[in-house]
Amino acid sequence: MLRLAFLGLSLCALPGLAQAQAPSPAAAIAAEACFGCHGPGGQGATGGAAIAGRDKAELAATLIAFRSNERPGTIMGRIARGYSDAEIAAIADFIARQR
Amino acid sequence: MSNNISRRSLIAATALLAAPTTLRAQTSARLLIIGGGFGGASAASFARRHYPEAQVTLVEPNTQFVTCPYGNLLLAGERQISHITHSYDGLRARGVRILHDRAIGIDAPAKRVRLQGGDTLTYDRLILSPGIAMRWGAIEGYDQAASEIMPHAWVPGDGTQTLLLRRQLEAMPDGGVVGIAIPANPFRCPPGPYERISMIAHYLKKHKPRSKILALDAKEAFSKQGLFQDGWRALYGEMIEWVPGNRDGKVVKVDPRERVLETEFGTRHKVDVANVIPPQSAGTIAIEAGLANDTGWVPVNTRSFEARAAQGIHVIGDANIPGPMPKSGYIAHSTAKQAVASAMAGLRGEAPPEALYFNTCYSHVGTDYGISVVGIFRPNADGTAIAEVPNSGGVSPRGDLPEQRRLEAIYADTWYEAITKSMFG
Repeated sequence: MLRLAFLGLSLCALPGLAQAQAPSPAAAIAAEACFGCHGPGGQGATGGAAIAGRDKAELAATLIAFRSNERPGTIMGRIARGYSDAEIAAIADFIARQR
Repeated sequence: MSNNISRRSLIAATALLAAPTTLRAQTSARLLIIGGGFGGASAASFARRHYPEAQVTLVEPNTQFVTCPYGNLLLAGERQISHITHSYDGLRARGVRILHDRAIGIDAPAKRVRLQGGDTLTYDRLILSPGIAMRWGAIEGYDQAASEIMPHAWVPGDGTQTLLLRRQLEAMPDGGVVGIAIPANPFRCPPGPYERISMIAHYLKKHKPRSKILALDAKEAFSKQGLFQDGWRALYGEMIEWVPGNRDGKVVKVDPRERVLETEFGTRHKVDVANVIPPQSAGTIAIEAGLANDTGWVPVNTRSFEARAAQGIHVIGDANIPGPMPKSGYIAHSTAKQAVASAMAGLRGEAPPEALYFNTCYSHVGTDYGISVVGIFRPNADGTAIAEVPNSGGVSPRGDLPEQRRLEAIYADTWYEAITKSMFG
């Protein structure tokens, strides 16, 4: 799984490669941070939206909207402001692949 | 070094076609995890999910895990012990070999761990998540025997301490005083004592409204302070008195028989229930293995979590020195994954992956009144420091925001459900 990507890719280098290759461990770890509230694999939890398998572009756009305060939230704005565009793209890609 | 480089280029050059034998040999690594809490259980789950060839062994003395998070809701009477107790069966079903034994010694050069039951285990990489130890005697008179009268309820173990404190609260007459001694930084779960104050106040307001809480603190400031104090005033009026260190709040001595908490300048506070959260250190095995420095905590590489004092031992959870990160369950969960990925990379002669550490700590001020702090952290390239990502994270907004508070109390439940499933499911 992850070992497919042990080729020295960094999280920031990921987005361009995301279509073709399995996620790097860095992307997996970054994205799994979401699962602490959105459930294992992003499948959702009581009060935590299911995010697994949603469209990559939609996920990224949602995070970017939280980051800029265009989308109101209790906590997601504070979270989204921790990530760059490239990191958001890598996280969105990982979550979109979850089934 | 040249060997590593050539191996890496070989793998890259031949893509994955020529690699399977080599990779299989490298990934059937023996990963030994000591401690089955937020750090160790998360490490075991992550290792099984992402490195299926690795042999993962988890050593944990307790046959079930009682969480610290939501223990304060048990004190409030809002949860039972069964709600905060988790089985290791899910990890077992994932293929983790679980030994309910206590690790009592580490031989780092030989890569061996001794167990109390007599066995010796060998490993290729060790993930050490030993939690905390109480510094008995740091407060005069506060030893293990005293903790059976004045519970700390800060290391749940099998739940005994948390249940003891709950029983004492139930037995206390209306009009009684609950004394809580709170240590200086660093300690496990920075907002924990203040959530505990809140949840005890919730119980008292409902059942023993003439009672008081006297919180004696070694510090002058604490996590989410403004938010907690706003909530205390709004929900509990004058019930809570918080005494900071510079107003003689630091408890230096206890008398369990008289139930007295004595502060630095000799004030003796007689209370009806005493909850003493003493100063702490890394878990005993980390200290005995010589991994801790003179602070009592373990210095680590901030990118791989490898102990500075020993190669091949990754120390995660509350036992390490985490820079600006809190000693929290979520940080243990997040850094456990990085430690596993780094251990597996290390066995291939590769550097740890890029890292981002993530934390959210919710606290209940009331049962329908939640607040939170968020932090996203990044280590530097050489693993000597960690910094919080600028302009990110932070605490919930202050002000009269009932909907925000209501939602954050719900999201706290969400977090608890999701993270425990992620660890043990």
